Amino acid sequence: MPHKTFFAFILPSLIAMALFIALPIVSVVVQSFHVEHGRILVEVESCQPFGGCTKETRVDTAAMAELKAEQPMGQFNGFGTYLNRGHLAVNEIGAILANNTGFGDIVTRIYNLPFYKALSFTLVFCFVVTPLAMALGFAIALAVNTLPKVTKGPVIFFSLLPMIITPLIGSLILYWMIQPNGIIGATLRHVFNDPTLSLRQSPALTWFSLLFYGVWTNAPFSFVVFYAGLQTVPADTLESAMIDGASRWERIRYIVIPHLAPLATFVALVQLMDNFRVFEPIVGFSAEANATSLSWMIFNDLAGDAQLFGSAGATSVLTIIGVVILLTPVLIRTWREFNHKVV
Amino acid sequence: MKPFFMLAVSTVALALGAGAAYAECGIEAGSVRILSNDFEALRLVNKTAEECASDSVTVTANATAEHKNLQVPALSINPAEYTVAVVANNSIVPLMNDDLIRPLDDLVAEYGASLQPNQLIKIDGKTMAVAFMGNAQHLFYRKDILDKAGIAEPKSYEDILAAAEKIKADGLMEYPLAASDKPGWDLAAEFVNAYLGTGGEFFAPGSAELAIDNENGMKVLETMKALTAYMDPDYLTFDANGIQAEYKAGKVAMMVQWGSLAGDMLKGEGAAEGVVENTVMAGAPTIGGGTVPAVALWWDGFTIAKNISDEDAAASFQAMVHGISPEMVAANPTVATWLVEGYEPGPNAVGVIATANAGARAYPMQPYMGLLHTALSSELAEYMAGKEDATQALADVKAAYDTAAKEGGYL
Repeated sequence: MPHKTFFAFILPSLIAMALFIALPIVSVVVQSFHVEHGRILVEVESCQPFGGCTKETRVDTAAMAELKAEQPMGQFNGFGTYLNRGHLAVNEIGAILANNTGFGDIVTRIYNLPFYKALSFTLVFCFVVTPLAMALGFAIALAVNTLPKVTKGPVIFFSLLPMIITPLIGSLILYWMIQPNGIIGATLRHVFNDPTLSLRQSPALTWFSLLFYGVWTNAPFSFVVFYAGLQTVPADTLESAMIDGASRWERIRYIVIPHLAPLATFVALVQLMDNFRVFEPIVGFSAEANATSLSWMIFNDLAGDAQLFGSAGATSVLTIIGVVILLTPVLIRTWREFNHKVV
Repeated sequence: MKPFFMLAVSTVALALGAGAAYAECGIEAGSVRILSNDFEALRLVNKTAEECASDSVTVTANATAEHKNLQVPALSINPAEYTVAVVANNSIVPLMNDDLIRPLDDLVAEYGASLQPNQLIKIDGKTMAVAFMGNAQHLFYRKDILDKAGIAEPKSYEDILAAAEKIKADGLMEYPLAASDKPGWDLAAEFVNAYLGTGGEFFAPGSAELAIDNENGMKVLETMKALTAYMDPDYLTFDANGIQAEYKAGKVAMMVQWGSLAGDMLKGEGAAEGVVENTVMAGAPTIGGGTVPAVALWWDGFTIAKNISDEDAAASFQAMVHGISPEMVAANPTVATWLVEGYEPGPNAVGVIATANAGARAYPMQPYMGLLHTALSSELAEYMAGKEDATQALADVKAAYDTAAKEGGYL
């Protein structure tokens, strides 16, 4: 295809991508470099139904409007927002490293900083949930593949349910089930014979519940992709392996898994990206006290009485950078394989 | 005595045909578009305002829990998406900060004959909002349980702790207390409440410099933590609705709960036997030997957008005045603690009025209060979970607030 035709062919997609993907990202990046103008405060008298009149501080809106007209984006702050305590906390970490009582102290104090606390849970969620969900999805796909044709449809439907249910609803359902009077919570109390056992009170158990939810909700995606992949495994090869006396496990290990490896790369890529943006289960499980994520931080900046757009922008950009770092090894591997095939 | 309480104790029975089926609002023409929070009292006000609709007047209302996120962008455009924003102490602040609402003095003079002077929220001498209901958290307790333990009505958090210890020791209840300690808005509100009770100020006078890192702040945190010893171990996941359910289930003997949920409690839907009839609504407790109730007082009121035509503004003001008319209040006395003329407080309002009469302070309206509330909401969780000490928690709150206030341009 000549370059010109090719270009004309993909131009509409390029425009759409620029408008809906590139521009918003650019705007977030620009936003993250700005903070609000210094507020001009005035003392005024304010009167309420209770407590009568008091002197209170107010923002001088007229003076602020002038400032805003001159610089609508606010003050330029460079990387200030990125480096402050709410994000990378460079000064705080410097202080911790310069003055501490040992490795444990360093870890505890860094974990006390909001960004690193969120990052820890985000990374743990990514690296625990992704492989487990893929393994579970693969196991379900293998099992479903051996079912008789009549039962396949309904079983596939039920296996897909966790993915069909909206994440927030799914997490709420599980959250209610693990409450002390819910079916799982009550059963656990009975099994461990401990009437005070609660999955919601300790950080470790909260994390465990969130990870369990993550595997439950992510497995169907791997299952669907792997199940589709299983249909393309060449029957000839499988049959000849059977004639050679290969067991079921050997057939899976030496034929099916190598055949599905490129698919696994794709699933891992998508799942890592998805899990890095974990958000709904934290809200659904009311787990803010014990687990936060980068996406939750963005939500927290935007949802309060006072919205911090610069801070939310900086966290978003850091999330994008995080996703890129996570995907780099997988992308490099795909690129090498691609080049290898061409040669 | 303050005007509100004069009104509260005075009995002005207005029997002006309850229910006002046909509304004469006197509006000639205009468009009224209301944005409000979503709870029963506000839905009622909206519905009453909608009676003003006619051939030349349209009235629409959007009651949504997301109103705080909608109001600033919706009122920033010209003409504004909504002509009326129903706000409270805290949610009026973003509108004031961005100069999005208009002074109402002319409209009050022309159409506000039924309003009382204490309903007018005056800022810098100008009426910016018209309040129509009050709200506060206050004590709900189970008289039967306290009687069994031989305890009188608790007046302070110290009394509550002693009562909880006695109830637990007597084996009457395992977890006699509950509080809305869920990290987020609720937990921060608990801190703000108790801190108001110490009489301390949140900020250094005339500046955005935080001033909670003192003995008052420590006392508040200690008390909040001490209370959790008598709560269900899942206390960090309960919000106001959560503790309401626990209390209704008969598992809680004392809690400081929203006055706006008192009506729901008295209705007793889903409550275990014996809970409702033994529940007493009392004023909020004090803290650390102070005399001020350790809760914030709230008002709900309406504001009129700046970026709309004067005709729409007049129509909106008239429709809202109709929405909060004494007739509507006379017909619905149990829905809220109304601030409107002729309101006779019912059993649901006893706690709020006792709290207000005891001199509780209003939730602060400083422009940077929202930033402090957010900082408290995320930084107190670890302390409440027992993972760090009070000194560290206050230091974290200050660090988080300073970061946010610098970004917001206040420091």
